[in-house]
Amino acid sequence: MDAEAAKLVGAGLAAIGAGMAAIGVGNVFGSFLEGALRNPGAADGQQGRLFIGFAAAELLGLLAFVVAMILIFVA
Amino acid sequence: MSASSGKIDPMHQFEVQTIWDGFTIGGQQIAFTNSAAWMCVTVVVLWAFMLGGLKRQVIPGRWQMMVEGFTGFIDSMLMQNIGKEGKKYVPYVFSLFMFILFANILGLLPLGVVGVHPFTFTSHFTITGVLAIMSFSIVLIVGFWKHGLHFFSLFVPHGTPVWLLPVIPLIEFVSFMVRPFSLGLRLFVAMIAGHILLKVLAGFVINSANNGLVTGLGVGIPSFALMVGVSALELLVAAIQAYVFALLTSLYINDAEHLH
Repeated sequence: MDAEAAKLVGAGLAAIGAGMAAIGVGNVFGSFLEGALRNPGAADGQQGRLFIGFAAAELLGLLAFVVAMILIFVA
Repeated sequence: MSASSGKIDPMHQFEVQTIWDGFTIGGQQIAFTNSAAWMCVTVVVLWAFMLGGLKRQVIPGRWQMMVEGFTGFIDSMLMQNIGKEGKKYVPYVFSLFMFILFANILGLLPLGVVGVHPFTFTSHFTITGVLAIMSFSIVLIVGFWKHGLHFFSLFVPHGTPVWLLPVIPLIEFVSFMVRPFSLGLRLFVAMIAGHILLKVLAGFVINSANNGLVTGLGVGIPSFALMVGVSALELLVAAIQAYVFALLTSLYINDAEHLH
């Protein structure tokens, strides 16, 4: 395999990271909803923490995207 | 993106183009670019939006309600995360939130139909990085101003076991220093990813329609339907990313105000 092809394969493999982040983000919101339905009164106060968890999970997926972009355009 | 060659270039929209050549200082060109132009547009739109709501009527109209909704939102967010010391950061966090929100949404507007191509300047790390550095320096300045060298106790949380003392400060230091990068990176990558996705789908629609009736109906219409959905998602992401930026800024300021 020459280097150019390896780069594209690597960029494609980085997409797995995006899928993993999808699981993570789904987990964050799913767990929040599960808790919120049990105790709706406490749900509104936890919205900030919900988005912190979302941001942390999402960042790792975006890093996978950055890796793909670096492989295609920079490396 | 050219329809004739069939080649999709989704990165073209992120190119910074010079509108006015400007002048040079020390060999560096200072030019007026489309990025700068859209920053000016954002500021003007934001200004108009705020002026329309600052009438201070006792019984607020719709516009004033809208503006007060935004200010109340940021105010309560800072109250929740920082406490009453958070009051003095409302102007900064509010400007940050509104600037990013308006920039993201203006970049999404379908003005290309009338020949004006919006440039999403929040999709460039130079801009989000500077915004992140601004937040980070406020954290550093406030932290050292209020607590002096005691600010370094941020790296040793309360109740750290003694045998972890060699490791924890290092980890905390790295996680502290990585904050401006993750703050800037999140916003710009989220914007880039969404806009590339929209352009790729748009390329599908154009190319499949050029290819013939069957592919136009079979590929073009589902792609177009997906584009509408993704556009709605992008509006949501534009708002969430602005919110997350403001939220994380307020959390970091809280660290500087109260340590751990």
